[in-house]
Amino acid sequence: MSDKMFISRRKFLKTTGITAGLAAVGGSLIAFETAEAKGNDAHNTHTAAQKNSGIPRARMFFTNVLDFNILSAAAERIFPKDELGPGAVELGVPYFIDHQLAGAYGYNAREYMVGPHFEGAPTQGYQTPLLRKDLFLQGIAAINKQAKTQYKLDFPDLSPAQQDDILKMCEKGDIKTDGFKSSFFFSVFKSAVIAGVYADPMYGGNADMSGWKMKQYPGARMAYTDIIESDKFENIEPISLADMM
Amino acid sequence: MAKILNKTDVVTVGVGFTGGVIAAECTRAGLNVVGLERGGYRTVDDFMEIHDEWRYAINYGLMQDLSKETITFQNNRGMRALPMRQLGSFLLGDGLGGAGVHWNAMNIRFFPYDFEIKSKTKERYGNKLSNDYLLQDWGLTYDEIEPYYTKFEYAIGTSGEMKSPFDGKRSKPYPMKPLVKTKILSNFEKAAQKLGCHPYMTPASICSDAYTTPYGEDLNPCQYCGYCERFGCEYDAKSSPINTLIPVAQKTGKYDLRCNANVVEVMKKGDKVTGVKYVDTLTGEEYIQPADIVVLCSFVMNNAKLLMLSKIGEMYNPETGKGTLGRNFCYQVTPGATGFFDEQMNVFAGAGALGVSLDDYNGDNFDHSKLDFIHGGLITMLNAGSRPIGSNSVPKGTPSWGAEFKKASVYNFTRALGASAQGASLPHKENFLSLDDTYKDAYGLPLLKMTYNFTKQDRAMFSYLSEKIENLLMAMGAKSVSSKPNGENYNIVPYQSTHITGGTVMGRDPKDSVVNNYMQHWDADNLFVVGAGNFPHNGGCNPTDTVGALAYRCAEGVLKYNKKSVSLV
Ligand SMILES: Cc1cc2nc3c(=O)[nH]c(=O)nc-3n(C[C@H](O)[C@H](O)[C@H](O)COP(=O)(O)OP(=O)(O)OC[C@H]3O[C@@H](n4cnc5c(N)ncnc54)[C@H](O)[C@@H]3O)c2cc1C
Ligand code: SF4
Repeated sequence: MSDKMFISRRKFLKTTGITAGLAAVGGSLIAFETAEAKGNDAHNTHTAAQKNSGIPRARMFFTNVLDFNILSAAAERIFPKDELGPGAVELGVPYFIDHQLAGAYGYNAREYMVGPHFEGAPTQGYQTPLLRKDLFLQGIAAINKQAKTQYKLDFPDLSPAQQDDILKMCEKGDIKTDGFKSSFFFSVFKSAVIAGVYADPMYGGNADMSGWKMKQYPGARMAYTDIIESDKFENIEPISLADMM
Repeated sequence: MAKILNKTDVVTVGVGFTGGVIAAECTRAGLNVVGLERGGYRTVDDFMEIHDEWRYAINYGLMQDLSKETITFQNNRGMRALPMRQLGSFLLGDGLGGAGVHWNAMNIRFFPYDFEIKSKTKERYGNKLSNDYLLQDWGLTYDEIEPYYTKFEYAIGTSGEMKSPFDGKRSKPYPMKPLVKTKILSNFEKAAQKLGCHPYMTPASICSDAYTTPYGEDLNPCQYCGYCERFGCEYDAKSSPINTLIPVAQKTGKYDLRCNANVVEVMKKGDKVTGVKYVDTLTGEEYIQPADIVVLCSFVMNNAKLLMLSKIGEMYNPETGKGTLGRNFCYQVTPGATGFFDEQMNVFAGAGALGVSLDDYNGDNFDHSKLDFIHGGLITMLNAGSRPIGSNSVPKGTPSWGAEFKKASVYNFTRALGASAQGASLPHKENFLSLDDTYKDAYGLPLLKMTYNFTKQDRAMFSYLSEKIENLLMAMGAKSVSSKPNGENYNIVPYQSTHITGGTVMGRDPKDSVVNNYMQHWDADNLFVVGAGNFPHNGGCNPTDTVGALAYRCAEGVLKYNKKSVSLV
């Protein structure tokens, strides 16, 4: 949907809404929604190209394949593939995290990073001078070091049960790290994985909106006037922001 | 050297709801107003692709950029205050419209009890709380503030129903009928009624129908898209300063709005202020904007900070109890619980203030003689729209990652409902605002320091309300309920509420207040300070209706002062 159409939808509401009232406006909107979901051909090709296999996958942040593989293996343990649907790797979560670390998120761009840095109480929140991009590199390195010490193998080569043991240690804060607790890294990492599963697919994760489909979440839909008063559960196909461009 | 600009009648620091009310009222009365807003310019056209949870809800896309300015925090005076490095507990506004762009829009009044809390508590319970709690009456009664509430509710539009037996008297009904009652909400309503409570549709500044404000601004009916809280509304269905107040001022031709203008000082000479100094955040250039009247509308934090930096008023000293600036800093007590149900529900649809609330355990609506606390909180079930990154509730005992977590979080996404309370927060002598002596903002100025912890009163209220919420969810048919823990200490990390109050409180006596009941500063009668900072304590519900009412009262004060040039009390 073009910007113009999108804005005109709001204008449309402005002009007709006043006299037409809620029901009529709701009804007209459904028409828009349907048009939106069906789209025109060009737009459908566009979304098809976005699907899992078609996404151009490359790294913006990680330079070292092993680091990226450690990240991927750990992410898959947080959100594994099962009968409900894909896991973190198939959803593209490692690429989501990679892309995020290359930008504002990785550089804590909108956070207060000025020193001096002191440890502080848990109620005062994180106080490390480490940027998130470095926290990930250090955290990943620490996980792999632990794998090597404990099992003489790189983390990606461990069995899922062995990987879980190491991640549990990391979660408890029991893995040796410098300048931050492994538990802090774990919590940031875990949140990033969940975000990669469910953020809009334009960020590189949630491939084919499969994260949303598992949860039966309809995504970036513009309106629910048609179902808001429904008594039954509505399983609605998701749409993403790309579907609305 | 700062460049000195032409003098204006009124300058507001900050342009959110408070700055918007002042601008609309003063320009319409013929005054020239300059609005200085540190953040960027925006209109509804910036919200067309707003349904992006990662950008806006998780990474705080519309909120304060902490790399420029934050606060420091300690639980008590014995600690080392450290900076809040990332947003969490509360989400400060930034940019035109302030937090009023990304609010939920629950628009609720305080009780008559709140405005005379000291007298009324004493009358009913004697000296129940120790003198460590700095309870005080507001210097305006409910009956006095009522017309301003009505003005604000009509100016921005409010959908609601007059059904709660505990409400103060209303001079007019709600401007609009309530939003739709979803199945989730009618189930909650029934459960509340079963427990003998008095539920009603939460008053919402979200349009249940097309609405034209008394100023002539048009708003549209809500589409229940579920992207309200932390987002701007792309339909102009949720009221915000940018669709109800700022355009009103702009249409008069008397409003000079400047964004990217960060005020760093209020200039004072003798017992008058002369204007403000600001930095253009894009060029770094400094300007002085002279004005006959200065109105601080920059929210609780920066209203207090600017007065402190400009050395206007006496700083509160917790040791001696002397001084008023920074005193009575309050927050909110926020118990809550999640209920897990068998049936799937349309949790993704909703609106920020679409809810059912009850006041049976709020204010002084129940007997506190056998309880360890006074006041209480509004309990609400919101049908605000669950989103997948933020909503991953799992029943107690489920691991927080891995295969079992995946199953449980996916399964329960459409089967989990939350209810929560907004417990009142009472002033304590150890909870206050001051300036930090280590950390600085991007302009080289000290950060504001917040010293805050929960009190005995807070923890007792928390347990009480928590149990009531659990009972409500069980009565609704939840299979299991998980409650938020009753933390011993206030923690700045998890989101709780942006309902921060105090620091620049109003009152009848300069001994215990910073401004009089026109929000006019006791020490400089052409300086007005308005916002939730004026609250001597925080009530048991959302603040903005009261903030808006005080802003209308303040606007009246500014116009009166403009004619008389004297203290108004
Ligand atoms: C997620 C969320 C949900 C909320 N939901 C509700 C709700 O449902 N109901 C309710 O009643 N309230 C709610 N609130 C609170 C509500 O948003 C505020 O009470 C209200 O917006 C306050 O208006 P204000 O004008 O006092 O301050 P703000 O909206 O914060 O505006 C202050 C403005 O001043 C600017 N500013 C600050 N410092 C400077 C400076 N030095 N120079 C220049 N400009 C400056 C800021 O950038 C900002 O734009 C919510 C808040 C949040 C964050
Ligand atoms: S739920 Fe309604 S008010 Fe909220 S953003 Fe969507 S359309 Fe606007």
